Amino acid sequence: MTSPCYHCGLPVPAGSNHTVVIEGTSRSMCCPGCEAVASAIVSGGLDGFYRYREKQSDRPEQSQPQDRWGAYDLPEVQQQFVHDWDGEAKMAALLIGGITCAACVWLIEKHLGQLTGIEKVSVNASTQRAQVVFDPEQIQPSDLFEALERIGYRPAPATAANRESVIQSEHRAALRRLGVAGLGTMQVMMFAIALYFGAGSGDVGEFERYFRWVSLLVATPVVFYAARPFFSAALRSLRARHLNMDVPVSLAIGLAYGASFYATVFGTGEVYFESISMFTFFLLLGRTVEMRARHRAGLASGGLAQLLPMTAAKFAGDEITHIPVAALTEGDRILLRPGDTVPADGEVLEGESGVDESLLSGESALQQKAMGSPVYAGSVNGDSSLTVRVVAAGRSTRLSAIERLVERAQLDKPSQVALADRVAGIFVGVVLLAALGAFAVWWQLDPSRAFWVALSVLVVTCPCALSLATPAALASATLRLQELGLLVAGGSLLETLPQISRVVFDKTGTLTRGEPRILQINLIRDDWTEQRVKDVAAALESQTHHPLARAFRSWRGNLAASQLKVHTGRGLEGHIDDVRYRLGRADFAVSKPEKAPEGEGQWLLLADDRGAVAWIALGDKLRESAPQAVEQLGRMGLSVELLSGDQSGEVQRLASEAGIAHFRAGASPEDKLTHMRQLQSQGEAVLMVGDGLNDVPVLSGADASVAMMSAADLAQSRADAILLNGDLQVLAQSVELARKCRRVVRQNLAWALGYNAIALPLAVCGLVPPWAAAIGMSLSSLVVVVNALRLSRAKSPEGGIARRAPDLQPGFAD
Amino acid sequence: MDSLYFLIPIAVVFVALATKVFFWAVNNGQYDDLETEGRRILFEDDLQGPSSEPGEKEQ
Repeated sequence: MTSPCYHCGLPVPAGSNHTVVIEGTSRSMCCPGCEAVASAIVSGGLDGFYRYREKQSDRPEQSQPQDRWGAYDLPEVQQQFVHDWDGEAKMAALLIGGITCAACVWLIEKHLGQLTGIEKVSVNASTQRAQVVFDPEQIQPSDLFEALERIGYRPAPATAANRESVIQSEHRAALRRLGVAGLGTMQVMMFAIALYFGAGSGDVGEFERYFRWVSLLVATPVVFYAARPFFSAALRSLRARHLNMDVPVSLAIGLAYGASFYATVFGTGEVYFESISMFTFFLLLGRTVEMRARHRAGLASGGLAQLLPMTAAKFAGDEITHIPVAALTEGDRILLRPGDTVPADGEVLEGESGVDESLLSGESALQQKAMGSPVYAGSVNGDSSLTVRVVAAGRSTRLSAIERLVERAQLDKPSQVALADRVAGIFVGVVLLAALGAFAVWWQLDPSRAFWVALSVLVVTCPCALSLATPAALASATLRLQELGLLVAGGSLLETLPQISRVVFDKTGTLTRGEPRILQINLIRDDWTEQRVKDVAAALESQTHHPLARAFRSWRGNLAASQLKVHTGRGLEGHIDDVRYRLGRADFAVSKPEKAPEGEGQWLLLADDRGAVAWIALGDKLRESAPQAVEQLGRMGLSVELLSGDQSGEVQRLASEAGIAHFRAGASPEDKLTHMRQLQSQGEAVLMVGDGLNDVPVLSGADASVAMMSAADLAQSRADAILLNGDLQVLAQSVELARKCRRVVRQNLAWALGYNAIALPLAVCGLVPPWAAAIGMSLSSLVVVVNALRLSRAKSPEGGIARRAPDLQPGFAD
Repeated sequence: MDSLYFLIPIAVVFVALATKVFFWAVNNGQYDDLETEGRRILFEDDLQGPSSEPGEKEQ
């Protein structure tokens, strides 16, 4: 094995001859895609990129149809992502996939900046968005897309810009609140030290009154600005007649502030400003971490892989015009070229082609379409052109039907009530009763002390530790999971993971790489080598968009083929060095074929004029981490199952290779959901791992769900978490971490409740002086936070796993 | 001790100013992307080398 590909870091297969000279040294590349990107970067004079970058780049996709970006120049399409800027200039909002580190930002800004007509480029690495200001007279949006693709990124129009601005303003508001709470806490703490030393003297001195007023001044914005989200959330939950943690939090902050205000104005009693501020700050910190993780996941899946194209090629008479997909209606005739995504459901009028429906059905083999066969929106046309009559567009397509299935599945999703919220309901009741009881008893004994004792009951039992117990542990575990490579999007994932009893995998793209590889070559003729077979096959496949052609892309360009002809559904033929070769199904390649050899995968036959040359077996390979992951999950007491839409024997082969005993093949999206419901009604809690569109209903309906990074967009947005690096072993580590997190939450809750159980009777008896209440409160909160932090030091995975993870740590600012 | 009567208000005014500056920074997008901006200056510096003579590296 030679050194890995200099661009993407994947191994370079033997016999591949792609190199680029970078900074004076010749570097090997794994495929023509990487080679093209690397030479585009070098020829732009930007090879410094390779010195600056801290992570390998993504492997670029195979070459796509040339004019695919032209559609973005249509005015109807442009108005979705291009906005007016000063004067003549326009600004395009783009979403860029494949940004792995800060050097990518530099590369994109420099590369676009070199084009004429570009006025300003700004790229944000953490949101993967770019804003490009350009002069529409000199450059078109399609040129931007093409330029970005040339240097290896996956551009898409950022039509979800509104959503992004919501996230941005939420994020900024959270930071401002955190800032106010942080600065306020520091100040009030300082004054509190002075107060502690003056306290206990009984009557309120002049300095003490002064310090109280200053503390009041500083704590007021903390309560009324920084803590406002707690008050509004508590109000909402009361309106919904349901007690959650925000209620006791608001009660504690509100009452303690009210009492301290009263004490300050009338010069009696005790003040608790420092406790209020610190409490607010800690709670906000936990919530901000959680929010950032959620936003991050939302942005990562923000519409990169669009399911439908933006335009369609429609026949108007004999002319072809490009119209926006939204304008397609029933009865239109459209043209699908090889590689095009089908924009609407329809019926084939002319042509024959293989269509990839894996996104919809999970079936890995191409479906052969001829005159009269139906095609579905969202599938991809394979090897030759089709003319299609639109039968259903927009909401009535099969794709939309799946989306509706998803919505229904999500409504039925087993609901999770957070443990802390359940405890909160009981806790609030008990504390309020105790405070009322104390007030009533002291009213009989000593009316002048009744109010202060009741208040000290509320403050001492202030649910600081209780309400920090869960968020602190969740935030710390979320950050740790991100380092491992699992991006948590749904808040309840960490609470459901420990209860999981069964893990269900999808096949294509999840358990496997979702890409065909050469499994085996059987030579029939003696004077041939495996290498020559690969070179010839690669040359023959070099022009097609057939998914199987990907298996050969590493050797493309070693030989040149001419007069290539595609026989759809059967194979290819072409001339190399004046010899005619055929590659494809056995009965196509030679007239009297022998039986294909025994063995796994899909067998293709390569033949020349004289007869058969070699058998080539192609198949999807398991991810390297799959067998270990299955074994680890099994050792943790979870049952593992494979549920695939694929009909072929591949399912059984891969299941046994991965060590999975239970498997089901040929399951439609509806079947998958029914199966899941069945499991759930048997009392199983299911973790679904999938990537395709056909998995989306199951992902939404499962107790917990994980989507792969390469997954369909919709799948990512419906899953509770996204697996960033494709390493399935992370799943087992995540389940373990979630279990540990649950233990920590329970310890924290036990500690908080235990502390309150001791403090409450003392306070009711009027035995707790204010300084002791404040110290007890702070100490119990600190114990809880420190305990939660242990989670972030949980055992790291064995080397080389978190290749892409570090760039997704939230850069945290406060 | 009487100095406290004007030193503490000064401290409070400074905190108010700090908060204002922080608000400005947040609203101005200074905290939107923390990964790239810190490194940008390094890239700019080195760019002078390779990109001013792009032909050199390509033979």
